[in-house]
Amino acid sequence: MKNKEIIRLDHIKRDFTVGNSTVHALRGVSFSIEAGEFVTIMGTSGSGKSTLLNILGCLDTPTSGEYYLDGVAVRSMGRNQRALLRNRKIGFVFQSYNLLPKTTALENVELPLMYNPNIPARRRRELASEALEAVGLGDRKEHKSNQMSGGQQQRVAIARALVNDPVIILADEATGNLDTRTSYEILVLFQQLHARGRTIIFVTHNPELSAFSSRNIVLRDGHVIADEYNQKQASAADVLKTLPVENE
Amino acid sequence: MNISNLFKIAFRALNNNKLRCFLTMLGIIIGVASVITMLAIGQGSKRSIKKQISEMGSNMIMIHPGNMERGGVRQSADDMQTLKLDDYTAICDETEYVAAVSPSVQSSGQFINGANNYPSSLYGISQGYLEIRKISIDEGEMFTDRDIQSAAKVCLIGKTVADNLFPDGESPVGKIIRFNKIPFTIIGTLVPKGYNSMGMDQDDLVLAPYTTVQKRVLAITYLQGIFCSALSEELTEQAIDEISILLRRNHKLTAHEEDDFEIRSQQELSSMLTSTSDMMTLLLACVAGISLLVGGIGIMNIMYVSVTERTKEIGLRMSIGARGIDILSQFLLEAILISVTGGIIGVLTGVGASISVHAFFKWPIFIEPMSVVLSFAVCTLTGIFFGWYPARKAANLDPIEALRYE
Repeated sequence: MKNKEIIRLDHIKRDFTVGNSTVHALRGVSFSIEAGEFVTIMGTSGSGKSTLLNILGCLDTPTSGEYYLDGVAVRSMGRNQRALLRNRKIGFVFQSYNLLPKTTALENVELPLMYNPNIPARRRRELASEALEAVGLGDRKEHKSNQMSGGQQQRVAIARALVNDPVIILADEATGNLDTRTSYEILVLFQQLHARGRTIIFVTHNPELSAFSSRNIVLRDGHVIADEYNQKQASAADVLKTLPVENE
Repeated sequence: MNISNLFKIAFRALNNNKLRCFLTMLGIIIGVASVITMLAIGQGSKRSIKKQISEMGSNMIMIHPGNMERGGVRQSADDMQTLKLDDYTAICDETEYVAAVSPSVQSSGQFINGANNYPSSLYGISQGYLEIRKISIDEGEMFTDRDIQSAAKVCLIGKTVADNLFPDGESPVGKIIRFNKIPFTIIGTLVPKGYNSMGMDQDDLVLAPYTTVQKRVLAITYLQGIFCSALSEELTEQAIDEISILLRRNHKLTAHEEDDFEIRSQQELSSMLTSTSDMMTLLLACVAGISLLVGGIGIMNIMYVSVTERTKEIGLRMSIGARGIDILSQFLLEAILISVTGGIIGVLTGVGASISVHAFFKWPIFIEPMSVVLSFAVCTLTGIFFGWYPARKAANLDPIEALRYE
């Protein structure tokens, strides 16, 4: 049985005008992603992966081509409609966590629900609590963001991406600011989420990470040059066990 | 996004920057407090002037003989004998807007009681004078119509005179004092009124029937003046017109002849004094208003810095689903919260400062509720006005650029 199609890109092109010249960041990208996939999008800097991520995240619209998110055509949408779409269907995880400073973990995770008037305050608190427990931070709800380590902050950010029950989680270099051990811890978390049925897109320039996802898409100069399913998905948990435990 | 979430978001954001918030607020606090204090002082002095004038009788009208030319020589008003008793009775009987009338003749000299003497003024008046000048009798009673008819040698004395002639504190009522060798029986004392705004002692006077002063002291038949009171302060103008027409008719003045009398009211004095204090109040309010404006610019400045500093936060909020209007509302609300909180503290500080000014310097103050409401409204508007532009700048940020901002 074929899974539900979450994302479909149809000949996406994105041009930027810089001065008098036009830069073609994406030159016709097409692929679709089904529910339950864990996709890494790889590419060197300048390959167009950031532009693709912005389009996937409904932060930007393509110059031509069509993008369907959960069956909805995004290109013709206005700013406010796309904001609504981001609020209900997408969870972002950033390289630099982007938590609000001096704010507790719980409040940070609640944030996306603050922009959803249908969810009452009590329900918001419950959902945020659950999301924090799901990332293993059930005992740090009242810690402020600046009192936590990088790995913990990224976990809070992942909880924030989960809290609105999105159809897709977009991670942008989510392990880029972390040391090796913490990176693998975060990868383990992503694999756990994937195992629970989450659809995840992981954008990175680091080819090592492709081993842990179920599908790899490689971009170069605005084209998809490789798109293959990973038959032997490695377990990040196993790798973590082989890493030496650091003694402080 | 609902309002309570909006408030929560704005509160949290402000809470993260308490010191900066407070410093921004300080501008508004000083502005509002100074507006309220300045207006309280201005209004207070205006009210105190008005009160002093109304103590003298704010609806009082004074009629004096006018100076006029006689054979090309302009005469001093004091020498004129144009006001007669007939004028007094005419004003009594034929006017509509006049409440009380009293003739006035006056003499000055030494009052003697045994070994004590004191220089004062003897006013010859009728009973109406008490009402016109808002004088009350402390002890004893007023002279009667019979005393006026018989030119009785009775008098009432003010507190200053009583204290000087009767230094032992005994009651002056029933005692006899001398003025120009004429013995006067004291039939009453007056309730003290203190000094007026011009620094005149209002208790330094002796009242006697006008007939007594006319016949026994001055030996004249004319009046030196007539005091009247209008029915109310507002009707003073009408009363003056009425008296003027009446006196011109009685004096048989033709249309091209000038008045041979002069009518003055306290209103002229009142408007002159209050216009000075009005101008001071306006000036103070302007200075205070400028400080409120400076406070507003402070808010705008800080909001701009805040928007720039929190660009990344704005990008994040947008990426998780905040619309432009949500961002706009948040920053606008932050600006309004700063200015309204500043306004509340400013109102309290202003009221406190006004009360301290009253307590320490004994300045009269009056806090007009309107000035509180007005300064509060102005500072809320300041928040909206100066918060709008930075908030719009925040709302129009491109989420991609904002997220990448370092």
